[in-house]
Formats: sequence, structure tokens, C-alpha cells
Amino acid sequence: MSEKKRLDVVGKARRRVDGRAKVTGQIRFADDLVLPRMLHCKLLRSPHPHALIESIDCSRALAAPGVHLVLTGKDFPVTFGIMPVNQDEYPLAPEHVRYVGDPVAAVIAKDEKTADEALELIEVKYKLLPTIATPEEALAHPETRIHDYGEQGNIHRNQSYEFGDVDEALGKSDHVFEDLFFYEGNTHLPLEQHASLAAVEGDGKLTLSSSTQIPHYLHRALAKVLQMPAAQIRVIACSNGGGFGGKCDGHNHEFVVCKAALMLGRPVKICLTREEVFYMHRGRHPVLMKFRTGVTRDGKLTGIHLQTLLDGGGYGSYGPASTFYTGVLTPVTYELPRFKFDACRTFTNKPACGPKRGHGTPQPRFGQEVQLDKIAAKLGLDPAQMRLNMATKGDSLTANWLRISSSALAECIRQVVERSGWNQKHRKLPPGRGVGIACSAYMSGAGLPIYWNKMPHSGVQLMLDRSGQVTIFCGATEIGQGSDDVLAAMVAEVLGITTSDVRCISGDTGMTPIDLGSYSSRVTVMMGNAAIQAAERARAMIATAAAEQLEVSPEQILFTQGRVFSATDSNKSMSFIEATSFAESKFGTLGTTGSYTPPKPPGRYKGAGAGPSPAYSYSACVVEAEVDEATGWITVPKIWIAHDIGQIVNPVLARGQVIGSVYMGLGEALMEEQVFRRLPAKLSSALVHKFPSMLEYKSITSMDMPEVDVMMIEDPDPGCPFGAKEVGQGPLLPVMPAVANAVFDAVGVRIDEVPITPEKVLRALQLKREGKDPRVGPDHFPAVPYPEPIFVLPPWEGGDGNSTRNSDRNADRKPASKPAEASAS
Amino acid sequence: MNTATDQGIVARRKVHMTLRVNGEDIEVSFAPYKTLLEVLREDAGLTGTKHGCELGECGACAVLVDGEPLLSCLALAVEFEGRAIETVEGLASGTELHPLQAAFADLGGSQCGYCTSGLLMTAKALLDQEPNPSRERIKEALSGNLCRCTGYQQIFESVEEAARVINTRKAGS
Repeated sequence: MSEKKRLDVVGKARRRVDGRAKVTGQIRFADDLVLPRMLHCKLLRSPHPHALIESIDCSRALAAPGVHLVLTGKDFPVTFGIMPVNQDEYPLAPEHVRYVGDPVAAVIAKDEKTADEALELIEVKYKLLPTIATPEEALAHPETRIHDYGEQGNIHRNQSYEFGDVDEALGKSDHVFEDLFFYEGNTHLPLEQHASLAAVEGDGKLTLSSSTQIPHYLHRALAKVLQMPAAQIRVIACSNGGGFGGKCDGHNHEFVVCKAALMLGRPVKICLTREEVFYMHRGRHPVLMKFRTGVTRDGKLTGIHLQTLLDGGGYGSYGPASTFYTGVLTPVTYELPRFKFDACRTFTNKPACGPKRGHGTPQPRFGQEVQLDKIAAKLGLDPAQMRLNMATKGDSLTANWLRISSSALAECIRQVVERSGWNQKHRKLPPGRGVGIACSAYMSGAGLPIYWNKMPHSGVQLMLDRSGQVTIFCGATEIGQGSDDVLAAMVAEVLGITTSDVRCISGDTGMTPIDLGSYSSRVTVMMGNAAIQAAERARAMIATAAAEQLEVSPEQILFTQGRVFSATDSNKSMSFIEATSFAESKFGTLGTTGSYTPPKPPGRYKGAGAGPSPAYSYSACVVEAEVDEATGWITVPKIWIAHDIGQIVNPVLARGQVIGSVYMGLGEALMEEQVFRRLPAKLSSALVHKFPSMLEYKSITSMDMPEVDVMMIEDPDPGCPFGAKEVGQGPLLPVMPAVANAVFDAVGVRIDEVPITPEKVLRALQLKREGKDPRVGPDHFPAVPYPEPIFVLPPWEGGDGNSTRNSDRNADRKPASKPAEASAS
Repeated sequence: MNTATDQGIVARRKVHMTLRVNGEDIEVSFAPYKTLLEVLREDAGLTGTKHGCELGECGACAVLVDGEPLLSCLALAVEFEGRAIETVEGLASGTELHPLQAAFADLGGSQCGYCTSGLLMTAKALLDQEPNPSRERIKEALSGNLCRCTGYQQIFESVEEAARVINTRKAGS
């Protein structure tokens, strides 16, 4: 463990740097921007889930008073997509629509109402195609192709990995458990509807201001789609009114307003309606899962074979990554000697799924943690103790070659058990009341960028001058999580000043060095390390100049509380402002840079790039639940959660991230679902969103939210800035299984799918009364044509991180031993 | 849904009126179908009031009218001549933050900040009427304001802290 140095800024509660702007209404979200001569854009969306466009007649719309431009698919010959391997989206569909809501035309007019009314003057003739509603239908009907690329039929991604011989491990286990789980899809529901404003500036260059979490990737995509040099485009990520992964793709409307602004020479703005935000989606994939898990009689894992089937919706989005993430982080929480996972993502005629907080991992985490609860019950073990006995330790490797630099999971479990009174409550509360425990692990940033390159993942530039001002430039994106505050804190800590002494310029591809974006919980670690490097370089220059004046050596110079002084003689000191002036005199104009690239992952097999992270966070959660047997209604009075954060940067924000994660996880556990229904045959049988509105898409309100008791475990990670790991996503993951496990403890029924609704609880209680298996959940797993697995020996079986030919799987293999004995080199 | 041809000239003709916003008379001229939300944001330049649904579902657009919270996305602006409208821009006294604003900024009541204006105004109406609300009363009063970031707990704590500050100041004056 790294030595914990005294910190002045990091770890101290303070008002976030953008806090004042947020409470005065001064913060500028994308839809708050207004430019002279600005026009407004509206999109016409397909009413059919699957169809070919036979013709589009825009003449009446174009002739309407106040309409300046109508665009269709023919204006956009080039595709885009967030992953290089699936460039499958057009800003406006030229011939093939794949979900209700797929944009086909755009009107740009003098105001929103005129644009909206002109949409109805556009005549589109569609040829309807058969609709694929589910992954099962996608597998059963390969002849109806949603896309002409992918693995086969409607299978977008299909993959299989095996780390050690799992069948052999299961065969030798004392017990093997086989369980099916289903996780329904749900959506981000950021309060801010996506908005974008494009304008051609006086210098002829294009600027897009947008609600986006990924200005850099969007910048690249715009250059491709608009067929113009990236240097002619500037993307400004406005402060996002919540993201949660919903603003992580390039979105149709962003390309459309840019094109329109370029064609008209006038600013063009769009703000999606709430209904359109539901169609944009990119939310949680519905996932069907099958776990075959071997354990010893004392409850230690011997092997897991996990199969997942993802409902991807109409486009690729982050699909390849999402598919990996339904498997790759499974071995991170507990010591797992062998692991196999098969994952398949299918296309369906629904809005595309993508990354939502936890990206692909909450679904298998739910299955894994509920199954562990079943195993503990069956073996007569305490579910908390069983987990504690096999918690992953720091400085280790997983079966799939992920390097775990630090883990405080055991301490998380101990604290959450202690604080919740677990030992006095579990299996001891009166009927109708229960507690459930679950744990999780999550990554602090993805080890690889979305497109292959060797450049930094995050860059920071500092500008300092004789006035003492410090301006920080970084492409990181403030989506509400406190990115700017972390940036300011890192620099302020190194330079011995406060966060109110610095200015942050962030998320602007024309002004700031590249940062890959606010996704995968990467910002604190990656931006933070880059910021520290830039600040340390500045400190070295200032220290050199100050040391000269103070007549001491630069190594003796300390920076704290706005002053620069000698460590050995505190009378020798000057203000930070004076020291900066001396530095400017000595070195000329002051500026430094810092960059961060994650360490090379130890795995070398094809696909080893998904899952590695500079550090993993750990969480343990206890949920208390009361279940009304008459109505099935679940009330959650309190939740305890311990999170291994490494080092807190700002306690106010860190706690907010944990409680906010718990809130969102509880919503997913109990009510949030993005579901679809077919219209009656006389109304076209179309597959439509069941409730694309905030009123009907149920989320937790102030009345439903229980008290959350947060425990922060600070155990600094050596590779992280001041030891700080992620906190924005990890704490969401254990909540859903902890709720399911609490429901079991309360009334003895298993709900093996989310959301856990009163109706499902009632159904399970009825089964219980009838003496049947008191379980509601999926009852079959379809035949999925998974490929032959890529076989890799785990580190403790003599593997070198490369894949092995299947026939060699037994060669050179040492007997399976405890993974704890294998240490990361 | 209307078609363009249904929209008579009358609906397009702008109305001209004076709104009293944050104690100030603002002359605005706008199409009569516009909501109070739209007129505040687009015609009065007060973009501090946000929108999350424009259907009365999320509470982001809450403003105060004669001291009572109102969802400005559901109200036509033409109905509000002569009424006292308060928005987030009127909360601070000069550069001094209202205790609710300070508490939300300091205690994590605001994360992304998008729901914040609506919450601040709703909470102000509560504290103006009930200086010592219980946690349960705060939950009830704010139940029409959705927040996706905070999980509400730090919002409750912020409102409680603001109530303490306001009451202390009153006691001291």
C-alpha cells in the first residue's frame, strides 16, 4: 500500500467548482444556447419497426412558409457507429428503418413549431418487413435480415472464451448449480433531453455544442460523416444534464444539425422531445443468462460456465463491448479458478441498446450474486461469510488475466455486515421482513480506447502566469459527476493552492487536449493522472525558480496553502503568485502538459483487450426489505453500502455518486423497464415502445427512496491519482441482487429476473402456497450457436496469457490451485 | 395533431404583455400558444428554468406563481399577466446565494444541476410556508421533482440545512 501523505485538498469536503453555476441557473446546457439567426430542426421518425423506404416526397414540406431546408438519407452517404467494427448507422436512414423512431428526414425551419408542422407534409412510402421482437425470434428467423453484416443471420456478435477446463472443474466439484436469470432492459432517463447547436463560425469552421459524453469520438465521427477535415470542426461538450451512458454515442441529430448549418450558413439547433429520448435509448441490454457454477462443500468457487444472450436492438452501438462485458468482469469479485463464457448479441427491431451505468456488467452480476445466495442457502452457509472467504485480494490475476492492483472487498463486507446488523437480522427477522447481501467489482476506466491507437487516453495542459492564475485545459466531460472538480482538485493539491484558485476549461475539442470521454468510470483515474503529471511539471519549474530566490535546493521546496517555502526553514517562503512570477522570469511563458495511458494488460489472447482496467473498485451492499404478502408490494426501508474507493477526492461528491448509484440500482431492481408491445393487427402489428414517457416509465421518487448508509473504504491504489479509484458506477451493481436476496429472506421466494415487481412476487407466493418451486424467472435457454471457445490457460495453470489450441488444452497444465497463490508480476 | 393549414393567422399573431418576474416587469411579445416555460426561456431570456419532458411529469420547470409552485410547461403564458412569478434567477440577493442555493451547492443537493432549479423553487415554497418541515414533509413536497443523479438524500439534507440557516438568521434579526 502506498504511503498516505498529508493532503490539503484531496479528501476534503468542499463546494464543487461548478456548484455555484448550477444553483443560480447560470450553467449553460446545450438547449440554453441561443445564437443570432438560429434556425430549428425537427426529425421525422419511422412509425414502423422494420421497413424499406420506397419513396420520400419532401416537396410540400419544402414549400411550407418558414421552412429553410429538408434533409433525407440521400444527403448522408456515409455511415457512422461508435465502434470501428460497426459503422452501421446513417444520420437519416436512406432505405432501411430498423425500429420505431429511426429518423428518416429532417426539417429546418424558422421555429420549432413550423418545423414540427412541416414534418407532417413529408410523404414517406414504406414497404413493411417482418419484425424481429426478441433474441429468440432473431435466432429463429435468420432469413429476415436486420443488417447485412454480423456473424450470421441476426447475430451481431457471438463469442466464446474458456479459461481452464471448466467442465473438468465442474465434474470434480462437490456441487454444481445451474440457474437461469433474466435482466429486463431499462433506460438512462437523464433529466436533460439531448440538445445540439451547430454553427459555422466567422472563420468558416464548424462548431457543434452538444449534450455529449464523448466529444472526441463525436469529433472523429463528424469528420467522417460530413467528409471534411477534423481540423475544421470543433465539438464542445456542454455540461450534461445527466448522462449515465445515454450520451455516449454519436447521435443522428448531431450529424443532421451540422450538415444543415454547413448548407445554410446559419446556426441550427435541435432539442429532442422526451419521447424521442426514449427512442434514442442506448440503454441497458435485456440479457438472458445461464450460470453453471461449481463449488466445494465449504462454498468456494471451482468454476463458472456463463452463457448470455443479449437483445441488442436495431443497431450496433457499443454492442461488441457490451457483449464482452456480460462476461469478462465475472471473475473479478471472487477467487475463481476457472471460467468459461459464451455471449451472443442479436439484432432486434427495437431502439439500439448500449452502455448504461455499469455497461453489460449489472446483468451477470445480478445472476451471479443471486446464485451465490442460493448456494449459501443450500449449503447452510452464511452468505456474507461465504463471500468473505473468497473475496479477491489485491496484487493478483484473475482466470481471464485481468490484473487486480488493489481490493478492499473483504473490508467492505466486514463493514457492511457490522453496520447493518446482518448477523442479528439474516434469517432472523419476522416473516415478511428480510435482508440480502451482494457484492460487486467494477473497472476504473477501460484499458483500451474504442479505436486502436497508441496515444494517451487523457491529456491535460496547464497555463500559468505572473498573476498566479492557473488554467487547466482537459477534454474530459462534465456530466454532473464532478469531473471538473476532480481536475481542479488534482492540480490544486500538487501546487498547494485551492480549487477556487484554478479555472477549468474542459470538453472542447478546439481548446483542450484529448480525453476519451466520460464513460467506463475512467475520468478520475485517467484525467487525474494526466493532471498530476502536468501539475508536477509546473511545480518543478516553480520550485526551481523559487529555490534560487530562497537560496535552497529545489527538492527542499514545499507547496501548501498558497505559499511556496523551504521545508527546512519555514521563514524562507514566498507566495505562490511571487513564485510563479519568478518562474515566468526564469523560463519564459509557462505551460506544461501531462498525459496518461493505462498499463499494458497482461492477457495476450485475442479479445484480452476487453476487461483490463488500471484499477477495480469493490462494493458490498445489504438491503433490508419488507414484503406485503397480500399485495406483493416491496418496501425497502434502508440500504447499507460499503465502497472501496481507494481515496476520496471530494467526500460530498463521492457520497453523492454512491447514493445516486444505489438509487438507480434500486429503480432497476424494483420498477424501471423499457418494454415493448405489438399493436393490434388492424393497427399494423408494429412493435412499439410500451411507454415512452417519464410518467409511465417508473422511476424512484423522493417518496420511495430509502435511507442509504454509506461506508467509504479508503485503501489507496498505487496506480491511481492519490490512490483514487472509481465511484460512479460500481456501487450500482450489488443493489439489484441484494434486493432479490432480501425478498427471499423475507418471504422465501426467488425472483430470478428484474424488475422484481409486486405481480411477480405474488405469482411466486402463489407457487409457494401450491407447494411448487417458489420461483419466478426464465424457464428455458434457447439453443444458441456459440462458437468453439478460445481456450486460454489461467495464470496458475502455466498459461502465458496467450490462447492455446483446443487439442493442447491439457498440455503443460499444472493441477488447479488456489488463484490466491498466483501473484501479478 | 394539427396540420399547418389548420393554424390560422390568429394563432400566429403575437400577444404583447407584461410579466412580473422576480419583482421586475418584463415586456414580452410571443405567440399565444406558448407556455410560460417557453416564454421565460425563449422570450425573457431566463434559461435557468429547465425542461425535462414538457408534459408535467418531471418537475424541472417548476417556478413560483404568487408563492406557489407551478409547472411552467403546463401553463400558457397569456394567463400570467400581473401575477408574481419567481424563477431561480431571482433567488440570490445580488451575488449572495439564498440559503437553499448555498446548501445545495455545498452538500451535494445538485449533481448535474438540471433538476436543481425546479427543486430549489419547490423547496423555497415549502420553507416559505413551513419553516421547520420534517424529513417526511420535505419528501412529500419534492415528490413531483424527479432527480436522476442524487438519489434525493443529499437534497433532503440540503433543504434541512437551509431551513436551519434561515431560522437562525430570523432568530438573530
